[in-house]
Amino acid sequence: MEYEISLVTAAGISVLFALSLNLITGFCGQISLGHAAFFGIGAYCSAMLCKAGMPFLLTLPFAMLLAGGVGVVVGLASLRVRADFLAITTMGVGFLFVGVVRQQDVLGGEMGISGIPDTGFSKLAFMTLTLVLCVAAALFSQYIRRSWMGQVFNAIAEDEDTTRVLGIDVPRFKLAAFAMGTALAGLAGALYANNLKFISPDSFGFIESMTVLSMVVIGGIGSVLGVTAAAVVLSLLPSMFTFIGDYKLLVYGGLLFLMMRFSPDGVTGAVNRLMAKGKR
Amino acid sequence: MKPLLSVKNVTVRFGGLTAVDDVSFDVRPGELLGLIGPNGAGKTTMMRAIVGVVRPTLGSVFLEELALNALPIDARIRAGLALSQQLVKPFREISVQDNVAFAAASRKTRTPATALLHVDARLERQSALDALTQVGIATYADQSPKTQPLGILKRLEMARALALKPKLLLLDEPLAGLNSGEAYALAQTIAEVNRQGMTIILIEHNLSEVMRICQRLVVLDNGRKIADTLPKDAMSDPAVQMAYLGGDKHAAD
Repeated sequence: MEYEISLVTAAGISVLFALSLNLITGFCGQISLGHAAFFGIGAYCSAMLCKAGMPFLLTLPFAMLLAGGVGVVVGLASLRVRADFLAITTMGVGFLFVGVVRQQDVLGGEMGISGIPDTGFSKLAFMTLTLVLCVAAALFSQYIRRSWMGQVFNAIAEDEDTTRVLGIDVPRFKLAAFAMGTALAGLAGALYANNLKFISPDSFGFIESMTVLSMVVIGGIGSVLGVTAAAVVLSLLPSMFTFIGDYKLLVYGGLLFLMMRFSPDGVTGAVNRLMAKGKR
Repeated sequence: MKPLLSVKNVTVRFGGLTAVDDVSFDVRPGELLGLIGPNGAGKTTMMRAIVGVVRPTLGSVFLEELALNALPIDARIRAGLALSQQLVKPFREISVQDNVAFAAASRKTRTPATALLHVDARLERQSALDALTQVGIATYADQSPKTQPLGILKRLEMARALALKPKLLLLDEPLAGLNSGEAYALAQTIAEVNRQGMTIILIEHNLSEVMRICQRLVVLDNGRKIADTLPKDAMSDPAVQMAYLGGDKHAAD
């Protein structure tokens, strides 16, 4: 049972992380290739605060604030440029994060932070907390979709210039998406740190950024249900089949390529097309 | 009467090229003003300087008392301008009505916070239907813009601009690409929208329709304003004749 609980918890954290990128990439159409940095900021923030004696639950809002705050600074610097520049900038931020953390003895350097104090939660309670936060994030995402903010995000994703001519303050909305997405990534990171009790810079590198981007793309950019399903499957696959674990990058890369080639709107798009065919 | 829009000594240079050269004109409330001139005269650049796509090198643009120069495009739109673009660009994934409703929601979409707090779209969908009725395509409300012909898309573009409830509507070559029947019908619609009180600047190549519906013409040539006159006097103006026909002023005889 213990093993299943830890699998579900890990999958839940992946879902939360994927939903956070979905707000930026899926809803607003802004490609981020360095999203793991914000996941890492949340993880390090929560780990340090826990080690300093702060109760685990109380560290969560701080992790969100710090990740979201850094997200806003990065966003201010890069969201005024076009989408492809943003991809490059965020990739740079991802490398910068790992590079900086490696050099800081305070943050454990290469060795990372181990011995993160007990959360006071049982394994089961921690899993439940993770799942509750997942459901909350999914419901919040669905709500955004239905609100006027979701309409604006769709418009920006499709045609930024036309959206501006209709009076929308495009940079401000992009920044809002970035702030929400990075804060949520910070929350997922905090859970990750406290689940494993050990973090190191390697857990937040380019590979993690690409993994989470694969989840969003394979699930179907923008679809909350599709991204959730993809995050669950893609995070469980490597643990359930060790041979996939060995070839994780190959599998993710291959899937990413196949999706872009045959169904750019992800599994969700493919399913929708099949359903439409079935009805006819 | 105070002008609604004042263009004062606007010059736009791109490197060594002067696209608009010291142009001034006013637009009075309720007016349908034609902005015409041969290809390369600087009409579209003038329009872009008003909307904010390009910044004037010299001079300034005022909407009522508000100086527009320092404002980005979206702020100018929120201040009361609306642009119907020459190349129509509807959002393809949503219906014709939702395209217009999106523009009608400009109060709710002012900031991310207000947008996040509003879900209800009934009012906007109703205003959208009104705007679609005004331009005569209400029957297409539920359809996708993907499958519409240019004539409908041009009207959709105009409905979207009207739904912003602007003080001044800028129409950039709305008749371009339409056949003469469609052009006549859309010109009628533009005149009707103006009669209902909308102030309009119309940039257009179709001179016969411009002459028919505009109350005043500003004529540009090589970036300079060469005439500001009633439509009936425009073609007898030697400077205008020369701009359109080339050669000396007797060339038209």
